Amino acid sequence: MKNKKTIPPKWADRFLEWYCKPSLFEDLQGDLYEHFYRHIEDKGIRKAKLIFVLNVFKFFKPYTVKKLNFLNKLTQFIMFKNYFKTSFRSIARNKLFSFINVFGLAVSMSVCLLMITLLTEVKSYEKFHADASDIYRATNLYQYLEEEPNLFASTSIIAGKRIKEEIAGVEAATIMRRNFAGDFENDNQKFALRGIWADESFFDVFSFEVIYGDKDQALTNPKSLVITDETALKIFNQLNVVGETLLKGDEPYQVTAVVKTPPFNSHIKFEVIGSFSTLDQAQMQRNATGWLSWQNMWMNYTYFKVADGQSIKNIQAALDKISIDQNSREKYTSIQLGAQPILKIMTGPQISNSLGMNMGSETLWILGILSFVVILSAGFNYTNLSIARSLRRAKEVGIRKVVGAKRGQIFSQFTVEACIISIFSLILAYGGFLLIKPLFLSLNPEMSRMLQLKLEPITIIYFVLFAILVGFAAGLLPSLVLSKLKAIQVLKTTSNTKLFSSVSLRKALIVIQFTLTLGFIISANVAYNQFKYSVNFDKGFNGENIITIGLAGNDPEQVKTLFERIPEVEQISMAAMVLGTGERWGDDLKYKDPLDSTTIYYSSVDQNYIPMLKHNLIAGSNFLRTPTSDNESEIIVNETLLKRFNIGTPQEAIGEQVLVGSNKLTIIGVVEDFHYAPINEPIESFGFRQNLEDIQLLNLKVNSTNLVGTMDKLRAAWEGFDEVHPFESRFHSEHIARAYDTYELMFTIVTFLAFVSISIACLGLLGMGVYTAETRMKEISIRKVLGASESSLIQLLVKGFMYLLLIAAVIAIPATYYLFDSIILADQANRISIGLNEMGLGVLFIFCIGFLTISSQVWKAAKANPSSTLRSE
Amino acid sequence: MKGTNLGEFEEIVLLTIAALMEEAYSVAICDEIEKVTGRKVKLSVVHAVLNRLSDKGYVQSELGAPTKERGGRRKRFFYVTHAGKVALTKSKEQRDQLWSLIPSFNLKFT
Repeated sequence: MKNKKTIPPKWADRFLEWYCKPSLFEDLQGDLYEHFYRHIEDKGIRKAKLIFVLNVFKFFKPYTVKKLNFLNKLTQFIMFKNYFKTSFRSIARNKLFSFINVFGLAVSMSVCLLMITLLTEVKSYEKFHADASDIYRATNLYQYLEEEPNLFASTSIIAGKRIKEEIAGVEAATIMRRNFAGDFENDNQKFALRGIWADESFFDVFSFEVIYGDKDQALTNPKSLVITDETALKIFNQLNVVGETLLKGDEPYQVTAVVKTPPFNSHIKFEVIGSFSTLDQAQMQRNATGWLSWQNMWMNYTYFKVADGQSIKNIQAALDKISIDQNSREKYTSIQLGAQPILKIMTGPQISNSLGMNMGSETLWILGILSFVVILSAGFNYTNLSIARSLRRAKEVGIRKVVGAKRGQIFSQFTVEACIISIFSLILAYGGFLLIKPLFLSLNPEMSRMLQLKLEPITIIYFVLFAILVGFAAGLLPSLVLSKLKAIQVLKTTSNTKLFSSVSLRKALIVIQFTLTLGFIISANVAYNQFKYSVNFDKGFNGENIITIGLAGNDPEQVKTLFERIPEVEQISMAAMVLGTGERWGDDLKYKDPLDSTTIYYSSVDQNYIPMLKHNLIAGSNFLRTPTSDNESEIIVNETLLKRFNIGTPQEAIGEQVLVGSNKLTIIGVVEDFHYAPINEPIESFGFRQNLEDIQLLNLKVNSTNLVGTMDKLRAAWEGFDEVHPFESRFHSEHIARAYDTYELMFTIVTFLAFVSISIACLGLLGMGVYTAETRMKEISIRKVLGASESSLIQLLVKGFMYLLLIAAVIAIPATYYLFDSIILADQANRISIGLNEMGLGVLFIFCIGFLTISSQVWKAAKANPSSTLRSE
Repeated sequence: MKGTNLGEFEEIVLLTIAALMEEAYSVAICDEIEKVTGRKVKLSVVHAVLNRLSDKGYVQSELGAPTKERGGRRKRFFYVTHAGKVALTKSKEQRDQLWSLIPSFNLKFT
């Protein structure tokens, strides 16, 4: 009868137990069992089970069901006052431990508060548009032959036009183009403004607020201009400027509308919008072939709004149809149209060529995980210390239980205590948050452009909820352990050290904590070394003591003569850009075979540039003249190009002709390969050219002991010359360092977090040290009386902790090594090799700190006079 | 609490308890009622009635010894309290009184 099959269904049994009044339960269950066994005999096992289940439900009646224990709940409620009181007392009694807990939680919570604010803010992006969830951005997945496809946020004009005309489910679509910028003139006063081109449907898709003017017609006609209220005030000193004219170069643009400056949480930002028809008409009249090309996708954007009740699936199908149709006319490339919700732009994956900035899901995840790790560490501290301290509280729990406290009540008591601690921490953390907020925003110029980290009421609510959640999570384990204690056990045994089996849990928590801390330290070290390595890497040229000055559209020769008058300036060279920063221009290059082409990256320079930046010219000669706007005929290439086309030795290459774009150029020199791009990218074909239109900056070699003074002179000279554009100067090396600021950023963030997590982990260790010294005081004294030396005592107590640290190191070192070696630095062409140096230093550091923390406490215990501890017994 | 009137089914259950003497627990009561009246009795119904009877104070119950056939669970034995006995007697008396009022010819089956 006892075999498994003849037992009634377990779940029904449990259900009965759950709802049935304890006073009725046994009898009821017995009856059901009796019936059940009886039914097995005359109706078979399956039917018997069914009847059992049915009966369980039939018994679910008012008189059998447990009363909702209102009285119980009420006591719980009344007891809260008592919980608060005991909690405060216990917090006040253990000042050190409370401090460690509150401080540790506060530090890590301030990091999390920052994260919460950041997330709420990032999530608020684009929400101000009406029906924001229906707005999409058309994306292009570009693939050349069989190469890896790339995703772009930009798309072709033809795609935009076809979306407008052909897709029925699209309510409105707008084509935009970036880089509508320049000097606008009013009353002989020039203003440099930046913005975008957009067509007449712009305001149908987006909800930017139009203050003056007709938003439906504002961007219809060519040479129309929509300006923001700020711009209007800047130029005209008044808001209603509809109908006014501004000169861009010598072309008049008419202001047709004034809009509010785009809100902070819009990824599209502009000071002016030019009507897209300006470009479109001009190009269509000229019948330019490239304008409507499927591949003209680098500058244009299409955003569209899906009509109500239309599913994006249908739209995507229509987009696919357009792509197939267009791709059938292309030879080498295929472009796949896609749609990305506008709400996902800020938080979604990073897509090349985006119109605005985006945070990127990757960054958000990394930041989120890092803050989680930090709060986890602080939570561990709380758990650890509370469980360790709970020996002291065991008696209290015992007595409470004897008096009649239920398990749930004890549990809520300790949870309340944890929550009180975390609310305290929240107050401190808020201060910390205000402190680190400006630091965080100033980490990176992009950060402050993307984020304000303004506090909204909802964020405050999040904060409080977060604090309660943290309190609950941190207090969960101690509360469970304590509420499980049996009154008899606690009160009977005088020494209750054996009561807790969670010693290994505590050890595990310490190990995890230090593993994370070590991970942070090692990461910070690696990131810093990579940054230093990248900046100081021998790139094949040397820009030391060179100041670069942006021309802002001025004639290079004029500006050059301007600065030549300053005596400290030794030499001036012209260039299109600062190489090695990631900025690059490219064109098609062909050698003898007209079908074989490669991309050549280039910069236009003058004759002074190559010697000034100490490029190594290995064959041929330097340019002889300054760049000209026509008759460009010469090029100096790098070695890689020679290898690409098998041109032979550098000497043989001199005099060969190549076709760059549509210019026939003669190779007059060959430079040694150098890193024109950030060093994490491989070196490809590169050439120096002499096209005057490309020149955008001057490099000044300055010989001066008073750099600040020289800088002022340069600035004064510039301001006397060009009143519209600000003086933009920077050291060449600064430009280079900026290119690697991801590493620097990573280093700063990780160092900060490392610092936070070290402090937290050490506070925890300190707490454990104090606790150990306290509980083993008698043992230490007795050992001392029996003749143990102080050093051997310290050794005895420290050994256990150092052992834990060792385990942490054993886990952390390979894990971090793997993380950097195979994931973070894996796709970098030039990177540091991670050696003992990077790893070992951090570990050593942690060991020292850990040792000092523990031994300071133990030392105190070991030094104590044994008679004073033992006499009191 | 409802009134102290005995319902028809309550009365049957109460009588059965009295009849079963020492063996009156739910399942046995069920079986006995089925045997005597021939009607199908649901366990849950009997339980509800027993609960009501003890609310009215007509029965009391105590747990017996654990038995094997119930998976080691104890039986709850019921016995009729004084109030129960009074109620039963009263109900019987009322009926008897009514019976005595009926002229004999009226009950002749036709």
